[in-house]
Amino acid sequence: MTVSVNTAVTTAVNGPKDDAAALRPHAEDAFADELKALAAADDRPRPARWRLSPWAVATYLLGGTLPDGTVITPKYVGPRRLVEVAVTTLATDRALLLLGVPGTAKTWVSEHLAAAVSGDSTLLVQGTAGTPEEAIRYGWNYAQLLAHGPSRDALVPSPVMRAMSEGMTARVEELTRIPADVQDTLITILSEKTLPIAELGQEVQAVRGFNLIATANDRDRGVNELSSALRRRFNTVVLPLPESVEAEVDIVSRRVDQLGRSLDLPTAPDGIAEIRRVVTVFRELRDGVTADGRTKVKSPSGTLSTAEAISVVTNGLALSAHFGDGILRPADVAAGILGAVVRDPAADRVVWQEYLEAVVREREGWKDFYRACREVSA
Amino acid sequence: MRGFAEAAPGPRARPKDRGAALHGGGGGAPQNHEGERTDGPWLLGVRHHGPGSARAVREALDACVPRAVLIEGPPEADALVALVGDDGMSPPVALLAHVTDDPARSAFWPLAEFSPEWVALRWAVERGVPVRFIDLPAAHSLAQPPGDDPDPDQAVDEAQGDPPGERPNPQVDVGSGTEPGHPGQPAGQEAAGQEAGQEAAGQEGDPDGRSLRIDPLAVLAETAGYDDPERWWEDVVEHRAAADDALAPFAALADAMGALRERYGDGGHARDTAREAYMRLQLRAARKEFGDEVAVVCGAWHVPALAAKVTVTADRAVLKGLPKTKVDMTWVPWTHRRLSRASGYGAGIASPGWYAHLFRAPDRPVERWMTRVAGLLRDEDRAVSSAHVIEAVRLAETLAVMRGRPLPGLSETTDAVRAVMCDGSDVPLALVHDKLVVGDVLGEVPEAAPAVPLQRDLSRTQRRLRLKPEALERELDLDLRKETDAARSRLLHRLRLLGVGWGEPSATGRSSTGTFRESWRLRWEPELAVRVAEAGIWGTTVLAAATAKAESDAISAPALADVTALAERCLLAELPDALPTVMQVLADRAALDTDVGHLAQALPALVRSLRYGDVRSTDTGALAEVAAGLAGRIFVGLPPACAGLDADGGAQMRGHVDAVHTAVGLLAEPTPPDGATTTAVRGRWHSVLRVLAGRDTVPGEVRGRAVRLLLDEGELEHPEAARLMGLALSPGAAPADAAAWIEGFVGSGSGGTGGGMLLIHDDRLLGLVDAWLTSVPAEAFTDVLPLLRRTFSAYEAGVRRTLGELVRRGPGGAAEAITATTGIRGFAAEPDQERADAVLPVLHLLLGLAPPNPATLNPTATATSSTSQSPAVASAPAPASAVRDLTEAPA
Repeated sequence: MTVSVNTAVTTAVNGPKDDAAALRPHAEDAFADELKALAAADDRPRPARWRLSPWAVATYLLGGTLPDGTVITPKYVGPRRLVEVAVTTLATDRALLLLGVPGTAKTWVSEHLAAAVSGDSTLLVQGTAGTPEEAIRYGWNYAQLLAHGPSRDALVPSPVMRAMSEGMTARVEELTRIPADVQDTLITILSEKTLPIAELGQEVQAVRGFNLIATANDRDRGVNELSSALRRRFNTVVLPLPESVEAEVDIVSRRVDQLGRSLDLPTAPDGIAEIRRVVTVFRELRDGVTADGRTKVKSPSGTLSTAEAISVVTNGLALSAHFGDGILRPADVAAGILGAVVRDPAADRVVWQEYLEAVVREREGWKDFYRACREVSA
Repeated sequence: MRGFAEAAPGPRARPKDRGAALHGGGGGAPQNHEGERTDGPWLLGVRHHGPGSARAVREALDACVPRAVLIEGPPEADALVALVGDDGMSPPVALLAHVTDDPARSAFWPLAEFSPEWVALRWAVERGVPVRFIDLPAAHSLAQPPGDDPDPDQAVDEAQGDPPGERPNPQVDVGSGTEPGHPGQPAGQEAAGQEAGQEAAGQEGDPDGRSLRIDPLAVLAETAGYDDPERWWEDVVEHRAAADDALAPFAALADAMGALRERYGDGGHARDTAREAYMRLQLRAARKEFGDEVAVVCGAWHVPALAAKVTVTADRAVLKGLPKTKVDMTWVPWTHRRLSRASGYGAGIASPGWYAHLFRAPDRPVERWMTRVAGLLRDEDRAVSSAHVIEAVRLAETLAVMRGRPLPGLSETTDAVRAVMCDGSDVPLALVHDKLVVGDVLGEVPEAAPAVPLQRDLSRTQRRLRLKPEALERELDLDLRKETDAARSRLLHRLRLLGVGWGEPSATGRSSTGTFRESWRLRWEPELAVRVAEAGIWGTTVLAAATAKAESDAISAPALADVTALAERCLLAELPDALPTVMQVLADRAALDTDVGHLAQALPALVRSLRYGDVRSTDTGALAEVAAGLAGRIFVGLPPACAGLDADGGAQMRGHVDAVHTAVGLLAEPTPPDGATTTAVRGRWHSVLRVLAGRDTVPGEVRGRAVRLLLDEGELEHPEAARLMGLALSPGAAPADAAAWIEGFVGSGSGGTGGGMLLIHDDRLLGLVDAWLTSVPAEAFTDVLPLLRRTFSAYEAGVRRTLGELVRRGPGGAAEAITATTGIRGFAAEPDQERADAVLPVLHLLLGLAPPNPATLNPTATATSSTSQSPAVASAPAPASAVRDLTEAPA
C-alpha cells in the first residue's frame, strides 16, 4: 500500500524562499540560471523525475559552454571520470557513497548533485553520534498522537521518507558518524526501496527517481564502519585530494584569504611562498614520496588534509600578525606543521625527523625552514 | 627515395569505388565487393595486436580461402613458420632477429594470441597454406649500426622489440571509417588499429623525433570527436559486432587510409618507402607463383601503398644499395607484461589481458570479464558476491551509454569495478590491473627453435676470454688487476646473476672480498645450456640480460638486506646500468623500513660495496649517496629504537651500534671531493652517540658502548667519561643495568678494542668499577656476577692478571704518585728506541707490507714505546705473549 505523505511540513522545513538575505543560499537557488539553461538545452533522455539528463548533470558539475552560449561554471574541479561514475550511479537505482578525507568537497558535490538531479538539495540528514532512527525513518508529533491516536497526520516524515514518496534525492552527511544500528535502518530502504510504518500497518514505497547520496570520511579515527550489508548497497566514489601542488596551493591560499578577512588578519604580502612550502610538506608526507619523485618518505598517522594545511597557514598568519613583523615566516608555520604531522608522539616524531634530515635539510632555499623546524622539534 | 615517397600516393588518387582498395595495384577490374566474394589479392589492413582485427582477419580468410598468405614481417622468418603449428608453441611469442656477429643489435616482433598476424599464421599452418613474410628483410633493417642510424626509430624501437614495420607505422597504420562520426557503421574501421595504440605509447615514451610525425589515428579520432585515439579505435573497431560481409570492413578502412595518405604522404615515416616497395615486389612474386588468390595481412597504413600502381623498376630502384648484414632469426617466448607499454620491450598495448579476453570471449564480454574480476578478488579474500557482479555490469553499461559508447570499454569496466567491488579504492584495483588487464601469460616456444642470441654472445665471450666450458670441475684464481681476469670475473658474476651457475666463488674467494684476488670453482653442466636459453628472455647479450635481471630482482626482492646484497653483486658483475634502479629500490626500501635493526644490518654491506667499488674503479657516486642517506635514517631512528629494550634486545642493539660505528668510520674515511659531508656524517654520528650515552631509557649496555666509542674517538675527555660512568654506577642505578653498562663500556666489542686495557691505564675508571663492585648489595651480587664474569673472562689472561694485581695493590695514593712522576703508569718516561724497533718486523708481518726477516723476529722484545692507546697495536691480533710482555714489561 502506497500512501502519499503529507507535505505540509515541507514549507516549514524549507523556510522562507526569499533568501536574498540568506548567508549561504542553496545550490539550486544560487545556480538557478545555469540549471534553467541546462534544462532548456538538454535534449537527452532523462530518467524518471530527473530535472536533467545524466549528461547535463555531469556538465553542471564539471562546467562547460552550452550551445546557446551560456557558460556553466565548474562546481567540482577533479577527474571527470569520478563525476560520471557518480551521476551514472544515481541513474541506476544504486545509492552513492562519496568517500574522502576532510576538505575534498564531498558535501559540496553531494549538494550540487542533488540540486541538479532533483532540483532540491535540502532533503538532508546530518549524521552525528547522536543521530536517532527517527531522523532516517519518521517521528511523531506527540500532541497529535495523544489527541487523535496514531495516524498519518501525527507522523513526522524524515527527509529520507519524503524523498522516497516524492522520487527525490536524499542526502545523508557523515554516514560513518551515525551509530551502527541507526545506519542499518538504511538497508531496507536501499534494498527493498520501502519504509514500513509498523504502527499504522502501512508502508511508504519509494517512487522512481528516489535515490540517496551519502558522504563519509575515510581517514577519521573512531568512525562507525559500515556493515558489509549496507556497504553492498552503495557504489563508492572516493574523492581525491587535489591532484597538483598548484591546485592545492590555489585552494589553500584562496581559503586562507577568505578566513583571514573574516578574522580581520592583515594580508601577508609574501605569504604565497610559505603556503607553497606548507602544501609541499603536506603533500610529500601524505604521498610518501618527495615532489621530484626521487625519495620515498614515511607517512605519518595524521590525515594531513588540505583543510589542515589551511589551518596551519591561518594560524601562522595570526602568529606573524600579532607577535611577528606581519610577514609570514618559516618560524610561524613550523610549529603548526609539527602539530599537524606529529599526532602520535613516538612514531610520528621519527617520521618527521627523518623527513627533516633526509629531505628538508638538503633542499635548496629551505635552510630557514629547516632551522625553524629543528627549533620547535627539539 | 624521399621524392618517390611523396609521389607514390599521388597517382593513386581516390579509388573509384571502395572495392578498388581491396585489389592489388596490378590488379583486376574493380568489382562491387559488397555481399559477394571478390577476387584477390585481398589486402587485409589490420591494427597490430587488435583483437577486433584478428577476428576480422579470421573471418576474411575463412571467406576467401586464399592459396597463400602474405604477412608483414621479416622474410627471414619464413623458415620458422612451421614451428607455429608445433605443440610446444604457445603465444605470446616473438620473432627475434639479431645480427649474427653482434647480438646486441636485435629486433623483436611480438605476437599475441589476439594478433591478426598470429591468427593468419595459425590459419595458414593449420590448412597447409604457404606463408610468406613480405616486409623488408631484417638483414637490411638491422644493417645500420645504431650509432649512425638516421632514423632513430629503426635502431631504438626495433631493438626495443617492435617489428621494424610496426613501430614506425604505429602512428599511421591506423584505420578509420570513411565516416568516422558514425560508430555504428562498422565498415570503415576494421583495419589498422594496433599501431594506433603504439602511437599513443610512442608519444609518451619516445620524445625524440616522434612528435614530428602525424598520428593518423589521432586525426581520425579528433574528427570523430574523441579526445583519446585509443578509445576511439576501441569503439569503432574492437567493439564492433561481426559484419555480414567479412571483407567490407577492410575495404572501408583501406579507403580511409587512402584518404589519409593522400593528405599526409608517408606521414613522416621515411623508411616506409623502402618497406612498401619491398612488399609490393613480394606481392608481385607471390601472385606469379600462386595467382591472384593471395591474402596480405599488413598494417592498414600500408594498404594504399600496396594497392598503388608502381613499376617494378621503380621499386627495385628504391631498394638498390640498401646496407645489408647477416642476421639470425628465432622464436622466443614472450609475456603479456612485455607486450604492455609499461615495460621496455613493449609492443605498446596497455591491456593485453583485456584484449585477449575480448578475443577469446565467445559472447557477453563484459559479463564474463566482471565474473573473472570477481573470481580474482575472491581469491584475495575480498567479499565479492554475484550481486556485486550484477551491479558492476549494470554500472558499466550505464556508464557506456552516458559516455556515448556502443559497448563498455576497459575504462567503463574499470570504473565500475572500482565503484562497486573495490569500495572506491585503487589498491585492489591495482591487482586487477596487474593480473587481468595486463595478465600473467607466459608464452612458450618449442625446443626445436634455433638458439637464442644470448647463447651466441656467451660463446663469443668465452672464446674471447679463453674460458672454455668444461664439464670437469676446476679451480680458477683471478687477479683482478689484470684486464682479462677482471673480465672473466665479471662474466662469471653476471652469469650467476642470471641463474647460470657455471662458476661458484670458492671459499677462499668469498673471504677475500675487497682485495684483488678471487677464486672460482668452474664446472659446466649440460643443463646450463637450458638455463642460458631461459635467460634469453632477459636480453640478447650477457651484459644486457644480467642488467635486466638485476633490475627485476631488485624490484621483487623481499627484504632490504636482499637489495643490499644485490647491489654488491651488481658491483661485482659491473652492471652500472642496473645500479641506479637497484639504488632507487634500496633507497625506497630503506625509507619505508621502520626497523632500525634492518637498516643497521644493511649499512655495513653497503659501505663494503662502496669500498669494493673503489677497488674495481666503479663509479660509486650513487652508492655513496644512498649509504649517506641510510646512515642519516639510522641516526634519526636509533635513539627512539633503543628505548625500552630488554637485556637481549640491548645486546643486539649494541651489535648494531658497533656495526654502524665501523661503517660510519669507513664511510667517512676516504675523503671524496666534498670532505665536508663525510666529516658531517661523523659529527652527526657522534651527536647520536652522545644522545645514547646520556639517555636513561637506553639500556645500560648501549649507553656504556656509546660512551666508550666516544672516548675512543677522542670526543669525550677521560674525566667526562668517568663522570658518566659514575652516574651509571651510582647507588641509585639498578645493579643489573650497571653491570650491563660495564659490559658495554669495557666489553670486547666487535671492534676488537681491548676493553681491559682501558681499565688498566685509567685508575679513575678502575677505581669507579671497584668502588661500585664493593658496594653492590649482597642479594644483587649474584645477579650481576654472571654478566661481570662474562665481561672480564673475555680479556686476555695477561690483562686479567694485571687487573687483579692492580686491584690487590688498591687504587689510590700509590697509583697517583706513579702517574705524577712517569706520565702514563706502566711506561718509562722516555721511549726505549731499541725495543721499539724490535716490534717492526712483527708489524710488517701482520700488515703484509714486506717479507719479514725471521732473524729479527724476537718475541721477547716486542714491547713498544708507541702510545699504549694506539689502536694499531691494540686492535691487531697480536700474539698473547706479546701482549703479556707489553703489560708486564715495567714490572
